[in-house]
Amino acid sequence: MSKLTAVFAACAILCGQAWAAEPAPAGTVKSAKGSVSIERDGQRLPLAAGDRVLAKDRVLTGADGAVGITLRDNTLLSAGPNSTLTLEKFAFDSTTHAGTIDATLKRGTLSVVSGKIAKSSPDAVVFRTPSTTLGVRGTEFVIEAADRGDR
Amino acid sequence: MLRLLAAAAVGGLVACQSVPPSPQDRVVLLPDPDGKVGRVVVKAAGEERTLDAPYAAAEIVPGGRIKAVTEDATVVAQRYAAALAARPPRPVAYTVYFVSGRDTLTPESQPVVAEIKAELARRPVPEITVIGHTDRVGKLEANDALSLKRAEAMRALLVGEGLSAASIEAAGRGERESLVSTADEVDEPRNRRVEIGIR
Repeated sequence: MSKLTAVFAACAILCGQAWAAEPAPAGTVKSAKGSVSIERDGQRLPLAAGDRVLAKDRVLTGADGAVGITLRDNTLLSAGPNSTLTLEKFAFDSTTHAGTIDATLKRGTLSVVSGKIAKSSPDAVVFRTPSTTLGVRGTEFVIEAADRGDR
Repeated sequence: MLRLLAAAAVGGLVACQSVPPSPQDRVVLLPDPDGKVGRVVVKAAGEERTLDAPYAAAEIVPGGRIKAVTEDATVVAQRYAAALAARPPRPVAYTVYFVSGRDTLTPESQPVVAEIKAELARRPVPEITVIGHTDRVGKLEANDALSLKRAEAMRALLVGEGLSAASIEAAGRGERESLVSTADEVDEPRNRRVEIGIR
């Protein structure tokens, strides 16, 4: 069990919640190479393949880091080194395919293959950099956000 | 003294011109494996541009000016190599079929099961959704139960192959989502199916 999953499991037990009662995650880490970590609820933890990603999580990669994440609507996200990605909003109804994605790349590089939400709702998928807002209508693309000196 | 000041002023001007360029953000539209693209609408400081061709790109400088360019495929592959190499595998879908009124697979579905096993072996972190369906023979409630039973039969098969039950989501849609539209009570083998999604 990865460190992140162990911390999560401990919290679930201590909080007296049934494991099945936790909110549906936004996605799952499919690969993590080098330095990859997550900031959630003020805590910073390492991120590994198999870990869950939740809405509001901030994913950070170091100089040697790269990470691949698949969201529940089949959106594929992957970041290169020195990247900071915040998944501000994620919602997905697996029956209707309605949902929302709103994510910000503060710095670094990100590859996106859009999934079911972009197909069903053209205005529901937004990616941002410090200078730009991107409305995504069902496509693959890469984004680069220049390093402005703050992580 | 004046010559010294003049030299310093010129030196100062030269130094200003070697300041590094302002940070630029970029976006590049990529073709899918069939060569098709969708669209990305780029908005920055009051300006808006649509990218809708393979390798159409936008560069954005602070202040928001958007410069539309077409990128070279090789340059893009190199510049974004790390992010592209970390791409998760694309999701795939399979359909298996069931004997009428039962949660047993048809013989023709066995090769599909073999393909599913092979695909799962290629994925370090597979997540699977298994959705059962029925045709319109029988009552709605009975078909809800049967479709879920079929999905659970598939899940049991996959767990038998070594997958964790936690990585498999099973659901039944009853007779609601016919692949082939029929009247009520019509026997239709193509609707007696389980759809398996792997991501």
